[in-house]
Amino acid sequence: MTPSPVEESVLFGRLSLNALPLHEPILVATFAAVAIGGVAVIGALTYHRLWGWLWREWLTSIDHKKIGIMYVILGLVMLLRGFADAIMMRLQQAIAFGGSEGYLPPHHYDQIFTAHGVIMIFFVAMPLITGFMNYIVPLQIGARDVAFPFLNNFSFWMTTSGAVLVMASLFVGEFAATGWLAYPPLSGIAYSPGVGVDYYIWALQIAGVGTLLSGVNLIATIVKMRAPGMSMMRLPVFTWTALCSNVLIVASFPVLTAALALLSLDRYVGTAFFTNDFGGSAMMYVNLIWIWGHPEVYILILPAFGIFSEVVATYCGKRLFGYASMVYATVVITILSYLVWLHHFFTMGSGASVNSFFGITTMIISIPTGAKIFNWLFTMYRGRIRFELPMMWTVSFMVTFVIGGMTGVLLAVPPADFVLHNSLFLIAHFHNVIIGGVLFGLFAGIAYWFPKVTGFKLDEFWGRISFWCWTIGFYVAFMPLYVLGLMGVTRRMSRFEDPSLQIFFVIAAFGAVLIAGGIASFLIQLVVSFRKREQLKDTTGDPWDGRTLEWSTSSPPPAYNFAFTPVVHDLDAWHDMKKRGYVRPTDGFMPIHMPKNTWAGIVLSGVSLICGFALVWHIWWLAAASFAALVSLAIIHTFNYARDFHIPAADVTATEAERTKLLAAGA
Amino acid sequence: MRTLRTLAVLPLLLLLAGCDMVVMSPSGDIAAQQRDLIVISTLLMLLIIVPVIALTLLFAWRYRASNKEATYDPDWHHSTQLEVVIWAAPLVIIIALGAITWTSTHLLDPYRPLGRIDENRPLSEGVKPLEVRAVALDWKWLFIYPDLGVATVNELAAPVDTPINFRITSSTVMNSFFIPALAGQIYAMAGMETKLHAVINKPGVYDGFSANYSGAGFSDMRFKFHGVDQAGFDAWVAKARESGQTLDRAGYLELEKPSVREPVKLYANVENELFDAILNMCVDTQKMCMKDMMRIDAQGGMGKAGLGNVFALQYDKPRTRGGHTAPPKRFIAAVCTPEAPRDGETVERVTPRPDGRRASAAGLPAAQTAMAPGAAVLPE
Repeated sequence: MTPSPVEESVLFGRLSLNALPLHEPILVATFAAVAIGGVAVIGALTYHRLWGWLWREWLTSIDHKKIGIMYVILGLVMLLRGFADAIMMRLQQAIAFGGSEGYLPPHHYDQIFTAHGVIMIFFVAMPLITGFMNYIVPLQIGARDVAFPFLNNFSFWMTTSGAVLVMASLFVGEFAATGWLAYPPLSGIAYSPGVGVDYYIWALQIAGVGTLLSGVNLIATIVKMRAPGMSMMRLPVFTWTALCSNVLIVASFPVLTAALALLSLDRYVGTAFFTNDFGGSAMMYVNLIWIWGHPEVYILILPAFGIFSEVVATYCGKRLFGYASMVYATVVITILSYLVWLHHFFTMGSGASVNSFFGITTMIISIPTGAKIFNWLFTMYRGRIRFELPMMWTVSFMVTFVIGGMTGVLLAVPPADFVLHNSLFLIAHFHNVIIGGVLFGLFAGIAYWFPKVTGFKLDEFWGRISFWCWTIGFYVAFMPLYVLGLMGVTRRMSRFEDPSLQIFFVIAAFGAVLIAGGIASFLIQLVVSFRKREQLKDTTGDPWDGRTLEWSTSSPPPAYNFAFTPVVHDLDAWHDMKKRGYVRPTDGFMPIHMPKNTWAGIVLSGVSLICGFALVWHIWWLAAASFAALVSLAIIHTFNYARDFHIPAADVTATEAERTKLLAAGA
Repeated sequence: MRTLRTLAVLPLLLLLAGCDMVVMSPSGDIAAQQRDLIVISTLLMLLIIVPVIALTLLFAWRYRASNKEATYDPDWHHSTQLEVVIWAAPLVIIIALGAITWTSTHLLDPYRPLGRIDENRPLSEGVKPLEVRAVALDWKWLFIYPDLGVATVNELAAPVDTPINFRITSSTVMNSFFIPALAGQIYAMAGMETKLHAVINKPGVYDGFSANYSGAGFSDMRFKFHGVDQAGFDAWVAKARESGQTLDRAGYLELEKPSVREPVKLYANVENELFDAILNMCVDTQKMCMKDMMRIDAQGGMGKAGLGNVFALQYDKPRTRGGHTAPPKRFIAAVCTPEAPRDGETVERVTPRPDGRRASAAGLPAAQTAMAPGAAVLPE
């Protein structure tokens, strides 16, 4: 628990063989599994001579669709890690009763709950949401790519570098044991002298660059690249929510960057922003981190709301009820999300008037959110609802989310928060909205857009199993936590005294097992669907009778998305085009101007990763060298003038002729 | 009001009969009012949540594609009346809840002295509240009773129906002081004081703990809170006095070192002003008290001459956890410590003026103004 003093060497900084957790059998076994898996993948790629293909078609690609897919893959891989942490926590809390220490010492357990939070928010939810926005937004607005295609590739790789750094902390050194927001003074150098908090800081700083740039990119795309005729009030709701979400990203992530930068100054050069001594104030950090942290919640949930809006309109065969009020509700939530941060720490003693202000602004957010729920409800009214997978997730979301919303408003009443704050009630609440809202939304989105991305639908049977495992598993895992919260049980405990609590933790652990079944069935669903892809094939490009422009092109869409830029006359542009007897053009194609692949994104991010690692371990020469390399490479990249090319008209004609054949065969 | 509450609590109790939901059935008046607020807010919100869930399931069933009898109206997507209703309904609930929030937040402000013992008994004139100072240490709780001169570790007692005034701080990281049966929690932060006013109405032994994660020993940072009658409390105080132990500054500096599962300790005597010194991070008499430094700064500071004081403010580093060495070079410390003046520059040391006007001139006891040698003199 207390590592021996580490001498810093010039060559390796604090890094030494002691940093390898050879004494932790769980970690050694995990490392062995990861290493074997990694070697197998590398071997397979080499054997099939796929490195060149991987490099050309994926790693250096600036196609927004491929980047979107890579984001989703990153999110799903990290979901497995984040969930492994979750199940370890549930197991520990289910057995650590009476005198039992459980199987995890506090030093390890504390890292696990920190990593779980960090990974689930930054490296699962964020990449999945960004992946969806990347893939779908340009298609929905009739664009051929995002506004800054290289930046998009760079953003993705920076996010990945952050994820790699977090994963590295598992096997080299340790991760922060501070809770996912790393409150000082605990996260300061005096109380967390190890490398854990440094891993946390640099992983988030590197990934944060990616998130911020991707936010800038998508805002520019949505504002500047809409098809002719698509006014703001004809924007599909998902794109609207993506716009608001990215506005939140651009306005709030710099605050996170600044807060973490100040914390790293405290840790690296001995400043006193958040220390106890020399006039520092930890309360400043708590304020700053939540000024980012609360908008972050809406960054995640708004696009999920957008997905539900698309899904509900499509499967009810009906235009979305109250489009305008939906848009205004989204904008109101965007603005209000900046005025509520203090509700995360009513117990800091801010005074009754300040607490009431933030409590009431928080409650006000429930008004537009409630309006949204009603809008979905009345879209179902007099609809003809097809209960495909996405619609099932939507109904489950509506029921689950309102419960989470209710407990959320309850927590916004300051005196009630005084007894519920930091309790398992709080944990139950935010999992209720993040799983019931964001995650259900993402699964709805995956089932909904999967045929667009791959050209075949997902297998229904395994999808339903996954759906029921998740829905039931969620209730079994988190309802006991509400009860435990009311029993006065606080969060982040690694063991308990009162044996009467154990039964609730056992039930919760069983719920986590059900959720594991949900994740496993989802993975099985992917494999089964791939093997049955001929049966599940969709040749129309519009398997659900969709309403927005992404369904007007082929599945998967060609590199250029649209042979001709569509012209929009109404909301739900594709539905409108179908209604008015749209005829797909089959000749007269012209060369299409497209951006070219580039090595710069992955290389720059790789160098950033090295720089981050060097900073974590105080390997100063390497940090300086990699930073210099980073700047030089970025400058060299600016001299690359061969950034674009034209897809010849003949190629476009050939691709479109192929589709004409497919459509004719399907009809 | 009372029937409403009984009605609300009943189904919950039935549902969870057998488990001890301390938050829903507390023993102190403040916590009971907080419980009532939870119940009222929940009921208010259920007015809208239940219909929404019911309608969701109803519409999902009624308008399923296989039900060809249901009306299908694909172009119906707007209704001004409905829009007004769906915005107004949550608005009305939130106006009601917002009003409750505003009043209850002020009434139950933990900084507000109590106005009553419980819902039927107002506080009579002249009742002297029990003063308690709580300090979160790594990883145990220290309680000081300044009026009684006793102190305890990991055990708290109070007579029933007597208002308790807590003043709370921490020695290192942030914790949260929470006795669910008594009242809501409030953070404990080093160098800062938070307040809590509460009263326990039923005798009993209750759980208290830190509700904010504070490091490896956090899970064991628990204590028992004894609500006892006046005679019992007097006996408890007498027991503490019999222990013969004294908690002085040296003892505190030993006590505050990180430890887990510290057994209950009672102290018959506690050094005066110990809490104040903890709060000002100057239990160690070599350290300068924060409030003195703040007073000097408020009067314009001492310029370069004051650099000597800065070193005496260092607090966190000596408490470093774990066996890691901190990074060897600390830039700011190097600039600021009198031991390491910048090149070609000597730090002027100001000697006390002959009339002895030191920072304590403002009336502070000398013990708190103990500082690094040659430091802390008000500017001319």
